[in-house]
Amino acid sequence: MDLSAINPVLLIASLMVAATAVMIAAIGELIVERAGVLNLGVEGMMITGAICGFAVAVQTGSPTAGFVAATIGGAALSLLFAFLTQFALANQVASGLALTLFGLGLSSLLGQGYQGIKPPATPRLDIPVLTDLPVVGRILFGHDLMVYVGLALVAAVWAFLKYSRAGLILRAVGENHDAAHALGYKVVRIRIMAIAFGGACAGLGGAYISLIRVPQWTEGMTAGIGWIALALVVFASWKPWRVLLGAYLFGGVTVLQLNLQAAGIAIPVEYLSMSPYIITIVVLVIMSADKSRAPASLGRIFHATS
Amino acid sequence: MTEPLLSIRGLTKAYPGVVANDDVSFDIQPGEVHALLGENGAGKSTMVKMIYGLVKPDSGEMRMRGAAYAPAEPQAARASGVAMVFQHFSLFDALTVAENIALGMANPPALRDLAARIREVSEQYGLPLDPWRVVGDLSAGERQRVEIIRCLLQNPKLLIMDEPTSVLTPQEVEILFETLRKLKSEGTSILYISHKLEEIRALCDEATILRLGKKVATCTPRDTTAREMAELMVGAELHTPSRDYNEPGAVRLALNGLSVASPGQFGTSLKGITFEVRAGEVLGLAGVAGNGQDELLGALSGELRSAAGMVVLDGAEIGTKGPGERRRMGLLTAPEERLGHAAAPDMSLTENAALTAVDRRQIATNGFLNWGRARDFAKEIIARFDVRTPGTENAARSLSGGNLQKFVIGREVLQDPQVLVVNQPTWGVDAAAAATIRQAILDLAAGGAAVVVISQDLDELMEVSDRFAALNEGRLSDIRPAKGLTVDEIGLMMGGAHDMEVAHG
Amino acid sequence: MLRLEKRRQPSQAFAYATPVMAVIATMIFGGLMFAALGKDPVAAIRTIFWDPLFGQHAFYYRPQLLVKGGPLILIAIGLSLGFRAGIWNIGAEGQYILGALGGAGVALAFYPMEGWFIFPLMILGGAIAGCAWAMIPGLLKVRFGTNEILVSLMLVYVAEQLLASMSLGLMKNPQGFGFPGSRNLQQYPSAHNADLIANTGMHWGVAAAFIAVIFAYILLTRHQLGYHIRLTGEAPRAAKFAGVSPARLILFCLGISGALAGLAGMFEVSGPAGQVSIDFNTGYGFTAIIVAFLGRLHPVGILLAGMLMALTYIGGEIAQSSMGLPAAAIQMFQGMLLFFLLAVDVLTSYRLRFGKGEVA
Repeated sequence: MDLSAINPVLLIASLMVAATAVMIAAIGELIVERAGVLNLGVEGMMITGAICGFAVAVQTGSPTAGFVAATIGGAALSLLFAFLTQFALANQVASGLALTLFGLGLSSLLGQGYQGIKPPATPRLDIPVLTDLPVVGRILFGHDLMVYVGLALVAAVWAFLKYSRAGLILRAVGENHDAAHALGYKVVRIRIMAIAFGGACAGLGGAYISLIRVPQWTEGMTAGIGWIALALVVFASWKPWRVLLGAYLFGGVTVLQLNLQAAGIAIPVEYLSMSPYIITIVVLVIMSADKSRAPASLGRIFHATS
Repeated sequence: MTEPLLSIRGLTKAYPGVVANDDVSFDIQPGEVHALLGENGAGKSTMVKMIYGLVKPDSGEMRMRGAAYAPAEPQAARASGVAMVFQHFSLFDALTVAENIALGMANPPALRDLAARIREVSEQYGLPLDPWRVVGDLSAGERQRVEIIRCLLQNPKLLIMDEPTSVLTPQEVEILFETLRKLKSEGTSILYISHKLEEIRALCDEATILRLGKKVATCTPRDTTAREMAELMVGAELHTPSRDYNEPGAVRLALNGLSVASPGQFGTSLKGITFEVRAGEVLGLAGVAGNGQDELLGALSGELRSAAGMVVLDGAEIGTKGPGERRRMGLLTAPEERLGHAAAPDMSLTENAALTAVDRRQIATNGFLNWGRARDFAKEIIARFDVRTPGTENAARSLSGGNLQKFVIGREVLQDPQVLVVNQPTWGVDAAAAATIRQAILDLAAGGAAVVVISQDLDELMEVSDRFAALNEGRLSDIRPAKGLTVDEIGLMMGGAHDMEVAHG
Repeated sequence: MLRLEKRRQPSQAFAYATPVMAVIATMIFGGLMFAALGKDPVAAIRTIFWDPLFGQHAFYYRPQLLVKGGPLILIAIGLSLGFRAGIWNIGAEGQYILGALGGAGVALAFYPMEGWFIFPLMILGGAIAGCAWAMIPGLLKVRFGTNEILVSLMLVYVAEQLLASMSLGLMKNPQGFGFPGSRNLQQYPSAHNADLIANTGMHWGVAAAFIAVIFAYILLTRHQLGYHIRLTGEAPRAAKFAGVSPARLILFCLGISGALAGLAGMFEVSGPAGQVSIDFNTGYGFTAIIVAFLGRLHPVGILLAGMLMALTYIGGEIAQSSMGLPAAAIQMFQGMLLFFLLAVDVLTSYRLRFGKGEVA
């Protein structure tokens, strides 16, 4: 075992990469839940985004086109969920599970023939001088663009919820949909938009895994990241900045255990591999003491009666 | 006479199985306080929802200052100068006062400016309010002020108030009336919905009376006696409960410094509640909603546990016991919320009969349920309490509010309790059903049970109680004999006007 | 415009009709999907739904129906109890794995001893292991209010790693020439869950599934505990008012669903699968969620839904080999079924109306 093989600068830089997918998916789900909807289909939307992005990037040779396609794919799938829960008034837990099961099937169907292919590379940011700075250069200025997109998304969602009128209305819908309806706000329409945004983010996060993080296509490659994104929203107490914190924590654990595996530590690989999930559970337990922040209408079915 | 502000002609709205409004016409003049009077279910709510753009009429028309007025949605109504204060406040507990008010405005200014405006308007109308407080922490009276200020900020021409006093103490009612009179003097019209006759006589210039969806009369309340209006409203003589006064017997239920934390984030914790109720006695507990009524019922039903000695039933300490055990010992309860708490909406009446009566009616043996017995019990309740329903296999949700309430109260009363605790037994129930329920409560006490009635309806409490007390922020006032209490005294027991003394000083 | 209007009573007729409608809609849209993949949709649907039952080789496939259906029904029955009460155990896949490890662990501990008591002990071991795994989210929910959906699901990934570790380490067959995987329990008579009647597919796990159906039916319709489960799902506050202890109910529902999933895993590992191996679990725990909903959370419904789902598995395999239909298409087909069921289920409590809606 050789722990000195672990380079702290690379560790931090790579934890930012490891955190990006789950962060993007979680910030999308945060918006969905703040609107009062619990979409458990994040995993399904992520894997669909992963294959949509991968396939389009391979076909066009453009990672950008891939990310756009992933966004559309995730959002399109989420609209199925929106239809079930907002029009057919189906149970949100069941519909979310259905979305995940369906998404897993859909992605492996779409992914036939894409196994073992390398996608076009996404360029890294390379700013002369800044990127070459010791330590900070690699950590702050040496990533692919999506890392910054993820951070920008968190900031944008934070500002949207705190300062914009639309954000206030979204929160109001999530707190008390009957009251929002009584004030004349279009509860269903607002929720559908939130769900679509969540789907788009999940798709983007999925594509990040297949196009940058891994990068290749294998069935079921999201391996529970979508579920961890859901856990992250709870961990964050529905606050955007804490999604960032939680994602980096998760990214840190993931990268650390991979590094430990590589360093040949005396713990079997399987136990290291399960550590991110166990730590997620532990964090969930610690956070569940703080229940008060959950949007009051979360998961409740809305049907305008008059 | 000048042109009316709002003129309503032949408005009709039908729902499946019921005509909510049938060809209703009336006028509201500028600067007039117009009462819309009627019993629960008379169609008042549907009428104001149509004026506010929440519901579209099937036929008929409305004209605002002579121009056609047909709001497609509340925004349109607000743009035309109509504002509404809801009966059940449409507020967002987790948001601040300023955020709540911003949500109710079409083009709100920045929150900071809005907060300043809120302070300004609230002081101008004698309704002090801190814009940065979280609404969930406010009292019912303060919450209503949020709604009113939200409306006033838009300078409405017509302000609709749906049963505004049902959540207020008598002193708070006076303050509200001062505010409304000030508004009227500034030329604002007010449509005031209520079924409380004395209030209408004190405040309103004109009254339109609805019964079963139809307009039965328009009158001037000052020139009409309360009795005349009541007869127009109800359309029949009412049976008022007869009271046999008994010497009270032994103490059945005693609370000793009952303190319980509220399970809800915005609930009210109980603080040191002490009282005794004797056999044959009815204790009436008044109080504005949200002062610990739900928590008190929970602490008595066993949904909330306390220290053992805090709740004593017939000498036995039961504070730590659960609902099932308390029922077996003879302490029965009926919560306020019928659908979802006292009854399961989508379950049949048979299944709902078993909800609380499993043990006292021997519906279960060794954990296995005898549905035949449950059905017989449901039939008995339906027959004895005149519950209008096609049969025992109908879902609880399919019953009207009054019929379901009769079923729920009947279910407890027919189990022959030693102690019965009811919360808001006649809330939202028609007058005939309310009379039946009150009579059942009185009969039960006459039969030797101890009864605790928690209610916001002071008239009801005066009618049924032997002794009287009020809940205020989780504390209990002194307990006084009900006979001879004045409204002012009751108001003080209920905690006066909270922090509203500054108003109209 | 279409709008929904709440019925005064849930419709009995639609409660029976919606699963059938969902199956038909799935056949139509699934057929379209198969057509899009360049396969003959009619032939594909016939291969999936008809051939396993009445086709040329049906004698071979019919027993498979029980082999596949047994675990699905067993798991779905357990899940349905929790789902009824609003307790969402979606980690049955993990409990299934743990049950297999528990059962196999008992067997391997006794190997090569023979004895009548070994198989019953394995049953116990499987049930206890599955139950214990489900108790983790249960206890965390009761004690800390932790979301059971997320915890039970996280534990699936943990269980998969545990399975890998076991088949590569502790339970690896010492005579397996270094290949991963345990000894084959089919060759260990005391531990083998053989067909009760040869070549019918009717092993102990299938018998357990039928017993579970009957047990659940009596529990839900006749027993106070079942009444409390239904009450908690319909109106949680009313359930508390009636005296139901939410904590006890959570532990019961998670415990029983975990034990049944564990049993399913144990019967599988000692019977059809034969050994603990890395790819032992095939998604029964997740498919059982579809089965539970498709059966409308009713024991008899689940029995029928489980058989139907087993049919799509077997028919899917036939279509895979004979028509080259991708396995993923079958998985999507199953997902579609749940989608359509959820979409049409609204008709049981709401009426569809044509005409002008109110302001929405």
